[in-house]
Amino acid sequence: MQFGIFTVSDITQDPTTGHTPSEAERIRATLTIAKHAEEVGLDVFALGEHHNPPFWSSSPTTTLAAIAGATSTLQLSTATTLITTNDPVKLAEDYAMLQHVSDGRADLMLGRGNTGPVYPWFGKDIRQGLPIAMESYELLRRLWREDVVDWEGKFRTPLQGFTSTPRPLDGVPPFVWHGSIRTPEIAEQAASYGDGFFANHIFWPAYHTQRMVQLYRQRFEHHGHGTAAQAIVGLGGQVFMRKNSQDAVDEFRPYFDNAPVYGHGPSLEEFTQQTPLTVGSPQQVIDRTLGYRDYVGDYQRQLWLIDHAGLPLKTVLEQLDLLGEEVVPVLRREFAKNRPAEVPDAPTHASLVRATYGDAAPRQAVPNANRGDNLTVGSPYQDAAPAAPTGSAFGLAATRGGAR
Amino acid sequence: MTTRIVVVAAGLSTPSSTRQLADRLTADAVSMLRERGADVEVQVFELRDLAHDITNHLLMGFAPPKLQAALDAVAAADGLIAVTPIFTTSYSGLFKSFIDVIDPQALTGLPVLLGATGGTPRHSLAIDYAIRPLFTYLHAVPVTTGVFAATSDWGDGDGDGVRSLPDRVARAAGEFADLVGRTDRSGLVNDPFALDRPVGHLLGGLAGE
Repeated sequence: MQFGIFTVSDITQDPTTGHTPSEAERIRATLTIAKHAEEVGLDVFALGEHHNPPFWSSSPTTTLAAIAGATSTLQLSTATTLITTNDPVKLAEDYAMLQHVSDGRADLMLGRGNTGPVYPWFGKDIRQGLPIAMESYELLRRLWREDVVDWEGKFRTPLQGFTSTPRPLDGVPPFVWHGSIRTPEIAEQAASYGDGFFANHIFWPAYHTQRMVQLYRQRFEHHGHGTAAQAIVGLGGQVFMRKNSQDAVDEFRPYFDNAPVYGHGPSLEEFTQQTPLTVGSPQQVIDRTLGYRDYVGDYQRQLWLIDHAGLPLKTVLEQLDLLGEEVVPVLRREFAKNRPAEVPDAPTHASLVRATYGDAAPRQAVPNANRGDNLTVGSPYQDAAPAAPTGSAFGLAATRGGAR
Repeated sequence: MTTRIVVVAAGLSTPSSTRQLADRLTADAVSMLRERGADVEVQVFELRDLAHDITNHLLMGFAPPKLQAALDAVAAADGLIAVTPIFTTSYSGLFKSFIDVIDPQALTGLPVLLGATGGTPRHSLAIDYAIRPLFTYLHAVPVTTGVFAATSDWGDGDGDGVRSLPDRVARAAGEFADLVGRTDRSGLVNDPFALDRPVGHLLGGLAGE
């Protein structure tokens, strides 16, 4: 099982000091946090995507590439990558690039975003959000799996003879999670492709998560990707810890009371009761997290939100220390107990390469010299079987075919 | 089959004349339904008790358990009796906030009996100008007669020559009972997460199932 953290990249005033970090300060802090996540033994760092202040993470692959350069084992992911407003062509390129520069430590989580105006800012219609997510993901998959793509859809201009470069590392696309809070269509989308499903889980009552995961698992099995227990499930979580439970509550309360997401609404007590937010001792976090298994089953990835609401860097690093020293080692041990053998681990690049090639050497894409003829002669890569001429008996294609 | 009537009263004081009007409308409607042989179950929600939960829902996007129970009851009802005080020309803010956290599809086809209270009869058309459009927008089915009770209606109604409050209550409850008697809405409630229904439509036909 994988454990890690995710961040929404908010820049929030620390209500106890009045200090609001600059963008530069928060971005530097995020690199420090990610590095420390690896140092304390966590497995995953995932980064959100926003296109408006007070958030800084507009370009997740740039940040994740920098983190990849500063770490060696940390799995890099997103929470989430906007499949609606990003061009799927650019996503295919960016995340294949991230695979290469991180040496296979990249995966991604797709989402539709929660900020309405991002749609018009990126030239999209929010009323078409769900159909865009479906169409764009279908194209994204093809761009990673087919060297040359001819495509026509409703929400972007057509492609003829397009090759997304670089080809995915070892010819294996990054693993994809689909994130959603309560949209059954997204659980269905994840299930139909046999992809992972990540339930946001935070800010919402557990029954939303339970219903979504149950639907995803059943549909995963229905689509023939394995049993319901073999579906790939990730969960969010939100914690604040001190050795002494009451210290955690006292220290976190001003952050809770003023946080943009839940401030001035329910009390900390109501919210910890109604959602997975856990404020207390490491043991309380352990107990609560182990309880998630009761309503989602054995799952693959647990990510915590620990750096939001204006919490200072020093505090966040202390939270990581507690996770790494006291919480995660116990969780690894306890989650392994009674875990059915059929329940797989979260896919990694290595496991996907093995599943694709067995013991054979994975594909290394080597392009042909540029002849500008992708349109007519199939793959521009050396290992691809030479494509038969496409049958054009006239025009430019016929001329080129004849000249070979 | 049980006929489920849900009553929502947005009065702020305890006891409130809004609740009193709601009770009268409910009593008449229930007795008319029972005369027709219906097995009637009534759930009453005073929005005052849910005011904090409603605000938290507006801020957080999810309903605390007590409010969720009310929302589920409304969505699964065969008929809704909705009564609000008129504040500054229209339904109260609390009443509207409650309506705002109901799923926009949850009231489709729901027979609704509208009631309102106010200090003077001058506000009585607020039912038809303000409250009725709210429910028609949500594709609910408000019955033709809405009942407005001004303070004086609890006496002789200023002797203004129109039908007395009990007459108007009986007329509205009768229209409501007619409509509720014909619906089997509570048997048809649709759960988007139900696993036993065909789900090919989930991907809008894009995934080819």
